[in-house]
Amino acid sequence: MKYNVSHLTTYEYTQPVPICHNEVHLAPRSLPRQTCTRAQLTVSPTPSSLQTWTDFFGNYVGNFSIEEPHSKLSIAARSVVEVLELPKISDDATPAWDSLLPQLKNPLKTSQPEEFLAASQFLFCSTYISPSKEAADYALVSFTPGTSILAAARDLTRRIFTDFKYDPQATAVNTPTSEVFRKRRGVCQDFAHLQITCLRSIGLAARYVSGYLLSDPPAGQTKLVGADASHAWLSVFCGPAGWIDFDPTNNCIPGLRHITLGWGRDYDDVCPIKGIFLGGGQHSMSVAVDVTPITEAEVPPR
Amino acid sequence: MSGAFPLPTETPPKKLLTGYTPPSGSYDEMFRPDGGLRPAWVRFAAGLEGLGPQGLTQRADQVRRQLRENGVTYDSYGPSRGPVRPWELDTIPLLFAKSEWEKLSQGLTQRARLLNAMLADLYGPQRLLKEGVLTPDLIYGHAGYLLPCHGIRATQNSFLHLYAAHLARSPDGNWLVLADRTQGPSGAGYAVENRIIISRTLPSDFHSLHVERLASFFISLRERLLSLAPMHRDNPRVVLLTPGPTSNRYFEDAYLARYLGYTLVEGGDLAVRGHRVMLKTLGGLFPVDVILRRTADYDCDPLELRGDSMLGVPGLVQAVRSHEVVMANSLGSGMLEAPALLSYFPAACRLLLQEDLQLGSVPTWWCGTPEGLSYVESHLDELVIRPAFYHWRINPTYGWRLSSAEKVKLLENIRRSPRDFVAQAHVERSTAPVWNGGELRPWRVGLRTYAVATSSGYQVMPGGLARVADSEETFGESLAAGQGSKDVWVLSDAPVPSVTLLRGGVPPVELRRSANDLPSRVADNLLWLGRHVERAEGMVRHLRSSVLRLTSEVEPGGLQELALLVDALCLSGDEPLEMRDQDSDTASELLQHQLLTFALDEKEPGALVQTMQSLVRTAAIVRDRISVDSWRIVNQLDILNQRESDNSLAVIKRNQRFGDVLQILNQMLTLLSAFSGLGMESMTRGPGWLFLDIGRRIERALHMLRLLRRTLVTVHEVPGSLLEAILEIADSSMTYRYRYLTTLQLAPLLDLLLIDDSNPRSVGFQLHSLSKHMKRLPHESSDPSRNPEQRIVLASQAALALSDVESLCDVASDSQRKHLDQLLSQLTVQLRQLSDSISHTYLTHTGPSRQMGITTGGEEMA
Repeated sequence: MKYNVSHLTTYEYTQPVPICHNEVHLAPRSLPRQTCTRAQLTVSPTPSSLQTWTDFFGNYVGNFSIEEPHSKLSIAARSVVEVLELPKISDDATPAWDSLLPQLKNPLKTSQPEEFLAASQFLFCSTYISPSKEAADYALVSFTPGTSILAAARDLTRRIFTDFKYDPQATAVNTPTSEVFRKRRGVCQDFAHLQITCLRSIGLAARYVSGYLLSDPPAGQTKLVGADASHAWLSVFCGPAGWIDFDPTNNCIPGLRHITLGWGRDYDDVCPIKGIFLGGGQHSMSVAVDVTPITEAEVPPR
Repeated sequence: MSGAFPLPTETPPKKLLTGYTPPSGSYDEMFRPDGGLRPAWVRFAAGLEGLGPQGLTQRADQVRRQLRENGVTYDSYGPSRGPVRPWELDTIPLLFAKSEWEKLSQGLTQRARLLNAMLADLYGPQRLLKEGVLTPDLIYGHAGYLLPCHGIRATQNSFLHLYAAHLARSPDGNWLVLADRTQGPSGAGYAVENRIIISRTLPSDFHSLHVERLASFFISLRERLLSLAPMHRDNPRVVLLTPGPTSNRYFEDAYLARYLGYTLVEGGDLAVRGHRVMLKTLGGLFPVDVILRRTADYDCDPLELRGDSMLGVPGLVQAVRSHEVVMANSLGSGMLEAPALLSYFPAACRLLLQEDLQLGSVPTWWCGTPEGLSYVESHLDELVIRPAFYHWRINPTYGWRLSSAEKVKLLENIRRSPRDFVAQAHVERSTAPVWNGGELRPWRVGLRTYAVATSSGYQVMPGGLARVADSEETFGESLAAGQGSKDVWVLSDAPVPSVTLLRGGVPPVELRRSANDLPSRVADNLLWLGRHVERAEGMVRHLRSSVLRLTSEVEPGGLQELALLVDALCLSGDEPLEMRDQDSDTASELLQHQLLTFALDEKEPGALVQTMQSLVRTAAIVRDRISVDSWRIVNQLDILNQRESDNSLAVIKRNQRFGDVLQILNQMLTLLSAFSGLGMESMTRGPGWLFLDIGRRIERALHMLRLLRRTLVTVHEVPGSLLEAILEIADSSMTYRYRYLTTLQLAPLLDLLLIDDSNPRSVGFQLHSLSKHMKRLPHESSDPSRNPEQRIVLASQAALALSDVESLCDVASDSQRKHLDQLLSQLTVQLRQLSDSISHTYLTHTGPSRQMGITTGGEEMA
């Protein structure tokens, strides 16, 4: 499936901002199941400098600053992405979760040292993830000894979907996971952080995925929560079976309708737009995300 | 042997050295176990005997006095300034034979090379992880490992430019590293200060023993930093980045900046423009090429590193990534300070350098491994427990000092999160002689050594900072811990050529006259320093005149006049005390109380103690900009103001001894005049002086306006002595008397104090100076008309010139001098406007920076 993705963000300030520095993660990665054929970033006013580079995780990062006073900043990211069907994985094809624990501790003593070593960076505390006993206890209900990691992670995803209520008013970006746990409410980012916390608390490697969802569902299917905005889910390292994504907000394994921007230890590593600015008085922000399928006939001219 | 005179050297008093008995079971720096002197100490010990107890006591006093005069402290000057902690320095240095020092230096340079190679590897190919020397939890589980810095190529492949090691000597005589400092090592500045004082205190020993000089080390550091400048830019600008006056290392930051000749900057003084780091100055933005970093790496860029830090510069990491600026030490280098890594150094050394580690660490067990944890569980009694990754602000726990209940609790904590703890063997430190309580005592020694990267490898400072404490128990962690410090002497076999930082092998510099590169923040602080000094001087004069009058015989009606004077001291506009209905004793007591309040009450806005505190604080912030002599004066003012040990205002406040106030006020006035004199005579008339003087002129004019307004606008039935008091406060009695003999009249007084611009105390004089200063401030050259500041001054000057002294003296029916009141208020308002306008144009930046993501990002997420 091929998509046009457009992600427009506009900041408006009551007083002019003389200078701002920004870091954006807005260009989709190319992956075995996903090909990004075009990614374009348009910033207005025109930045005085714009550099792109690839970060530690392999994500594309744009770094720009605006050095003229401005009362409005708009950042438009447009891309064309093709996503392939997720091959069916059966529960039996993934190892028992607890068999992975000693291997994650000693990556070099496994049959896939590189993969396990790379996965080990997603085992620990990070800005938004603090493993806890509470989270471990919650996870262990699904992760009973010997369960296949896919089955257990799917069950944990389902439980978070059921136990927690989607509520955009309940949390802010920096709400700690422990509070989400208590309130049992939150948004996609909170649920992703929550599930990552659970998984790391029992010693598994889990990473945060930032991306998009198809805006309008195919005929006859319901619209998913999180369309028309940035979306977030997570990915679990399943040993020989590689990384498998889970979307606790929609209780599903992301397939054709999820587009990956990038990943990191948590939101802080792949925040779509990060910025530091001076002055500006009050400010407001609006976001418009549009993900539309491209039929062969209407592929835009290159 | 407690004779009154130093004994002649041919009959050395034995007691000095024979009374010194180092404890058994540890190494003594001076004596061998058989009681003989170690070779390095033989000649020095003879000199000690020659000095005798009297001589040593005298030298120790000299050291203490110099430290106090130089104001050497280990303190923060932040808003919550605690009690001043003076730096303690023992007279007797720690001695090393050159051969022994060279052996230690070899170990230190290898260790510095190793740490540099580890940084290059961890922020690059990560062989240490891939080949199993380090486990992932040591790196990925380490918050100090800064992922955004991975892959940044280092200039000259050098990450670690300045390195420090904390050493202790174990009983077998070998030095062990207790901790490595790779972030922004501290203490080198104190080593210099110690050296300066001890070499002056023991000049003959210093020369005859051929002590290696420290300056060569700092010359290498300067050359190193220059060589790091990107693309070999000409005349590169190096700055020293400090977390600011709230940091307890600020004293040393300012000291080093001054010593090395670098601009001292805080994060807010820098800005990134087009990936270049710029210094915000009065003259505009100037590019910065190299940053000597004393701020923790994770605090350096709120955009890519810790977002909540206010100490950094947004965009700095990207500037480093683009090779537009070089940080020394590199961002991310602080991670190697984690004690958890210590036990892996030998293996890392074999992998990265193919060498065996020469200078070992104190045995360390990381509880993050099963073996480490089980060792710690069974040996807790012998071990020192500390955080595995963060060393700062958390004191270690000594296993043998714990009760059994505390042990159980500690083990519980460790087992809950074993990777957060390390345990280290306890090293019985060596002892060295310290002059304390009139005798030589064996105190425990810790040694800080420093190494700087050069083009031909690391160079170790021939000396360092030794810390001493009377027992292991009092030996803490921080720089100020322990009870004292020592200079460290490396004794060369041959005479040592003298080196100074002013010469050295640096190519000749371009001659520069003006320094428009004064950071705006510094200009702001200098302006306020000028204001505080002047405000203090005005207060002191004013208080002195009032106290004088109150303590001498008061004539009838004099009390009312005094009430007016005292009232004019107050910054806010209270009504003067009504004296007429009081009997004179009560009235005099009331006034006395009020005077003490204005002088001593810290809660009273604008009280003298408060003004003095602000003065000292502001001076401390710009310490790198004022001369050593000026700083000494500030320090003495501080002592007069609040130190407990002296006859200070603080003591008077406690004892309520009114009579002593006068003496202290006189001393203060002398010091304040000396400070002003030094400023006039010794500061170049650059922008720094300009702002200092602008502050002073504005404050002096404001004080005069307030004094005249409070005392003369309302006509009181007071004798002419009020005018005399005003003249005295305005330091213009002499001039008046010469001009008008003794007839005290209002009109000539107003002329002298308001209009006459030849009187350096008059308002007219201040406006005249300000007008000249405004012309010299940097302006947009395209602006042909006068700038707003010039216009304000001109308006004030015109108002003054056009006023008629006779009509200013007119009294209206309500016994008010209306014209005078109008003029004085107008001038006051205009001067305040001027101050605001200067701040707005030259000093304030656009306010603190804010994060975009945190405040609004939530709306964006599904």
